Amino acid sequence: MSDSEALQFRDPEKADRLTSRLDALMDEIGHPVNIMHVCGTHEQSIAKYGLRSRLPDGLSVRMGPGCPVCVTNMPEVDEAVALAEDGKIVATYGDMFQVPGTEKSLEDAKGEGADVRVVYSASEAHEIAAENPDEDVVFFATGFETTAAPTAAVLTDDPVDNFYVLSAHKYVPPAMEVVAELPDTDIDGFLAAGHAAVITGYGLFEEFVDEYETPVVVGGFEPLDVLLALERLLTFIRDGEPGLDNAYRRVVSEEGNVAAKERMWDVFETTSGEWRGIAEIPDANLVISEEYADHDARTQFDVAPDVGEGDPLTEQCICGDIMAGQADPDECDLFGEECTPQNPVGACMVSSEGTCKIWLEYGGQPDL
Amino acid sequence: MCLGIPGEIKSIDGMEATVEFWDVEKAIRIDIVGDEVEEGDYVLNHAGFAIRKIPDDEVEETIALYESILQGDEADGLEEIGAMDEELGIGGANE
Repeated sequence: MSDSEALQFRDPEKADRLTSRLDALMDEIGHPVNIMHVCGTHEQSIAKYGLRSRLPDGLSVRMGPGCPVCVTNMPEVDEAVALAEDGKIVATYGDMFQVPGTEKSLEDAKGEGADVRVVYSASEAHEIAAENPDEDVVFFATGFETTAAPTAAVLTDDPVDNFYVLSAHKYVPPAMEVVAELPDTDIDGFLAAGHAAVITGYGLFEEFVDEYETPVVVGGFEPLDVLLALERLLTFIRDGEPGLDNAYRRVVSEEGNVAAKERMWDVFETTSGEWRGIAEIPDANLVISEEYADHDARTQFDVAPDVGEGDPLTEQCICGDIMAGQADPDECDLFGEECTPQNPVGACMVSSEGTCKIWLEYGGQPDL
Repeated sequence: MCLGIPGEIKSIDGMEATVEFWDVEKAIRIDIVGDEVEEGDYVLNHAGFAIRKIPDDEVEETIALYESILQGDEADGLEEIGAMDEELGIGGANE
């Protein structure tokens, strides 16, 4: 690969021109602007390339509920732990392995003898079930649209009888609405996640823009992609126009990936549920529809976790405030002290997409 | 889990493809990719499934981005493509 090709979306000269344009737009706007993004990969890119240090004064870009592991509710982890302790083989993504439940993580359960396995895909979890026909295998399925569609693909492909799914899948758009309505969160525009939009399409955000009169721009992950998306957002804000734009046209279309969407809505339906630390969110949890109930762990097993008080440190964790855009990781007393990636108190410190873990890895408060 | 990883299709068998990521080959499902794909195509992969064919002119930039994000943290990169078990003999993502 030539340097010129590799650096096409990191050209410093283009970045300078874009940041100058952001400066000019902020001058015209004349007041502080809060942008929320909802994707761990955006936060990784912003931290990695030090983009915050290049942004104009008064322009704040914060990560919202963009980490699916982080918003998985503690009782959902408790359900997975209970199923593992009840003798089922529980398979889950690596990011979920250490996430604390009320009293235990799946890692703790494994340490006490439960059969918990880390998989990288829903199909790998299904392979475990196919190889162990006498065991019940439960796939603890987490993530947004990008992993919900793969879970659906496995369930629609005639899975073996002993394969079950404990769904903790989440659907992002309703969460954006809730965050937009939070009284202490003042968001002037949303930078929407490029890869979720590969599945859903950017057209999905039209209703949101109309209803909340807040601009939304779908953005990619190269430095220039992020700066371009911010330029589009600030232009909408300057013009007082709550518009929608796609700044990641290379891979995102208006209608999205139709095949993936069809599978997803064949298998899942939405229901209300708690997003850890944020709020009860209507229609943002994906649960398995009646047609696939034979493979729904909640329907087939009596999942009733018996949990106690839990870790008192959890009370001090501000992961929810951080994901609601109301606090930064370094405002938490536990950050980097009692709470580290090795000994996480909250999920924001566990996942590679968690704001706290990203900030700690890039040296605390990155480039602000 | 949600970091989309680009890889090159080496061979296709039904709805499964062998996809190469940084010299590691993995079986990837291609039934929800939403496009016709063939050997030599690059696809964006999430958790063992291709979710989109990457247009030819987009390939280099996409690969460069992920290499740089994962630079210095090979364990994260291998975990994203599910190669931790074979390569390093451990299962936990954050160990």
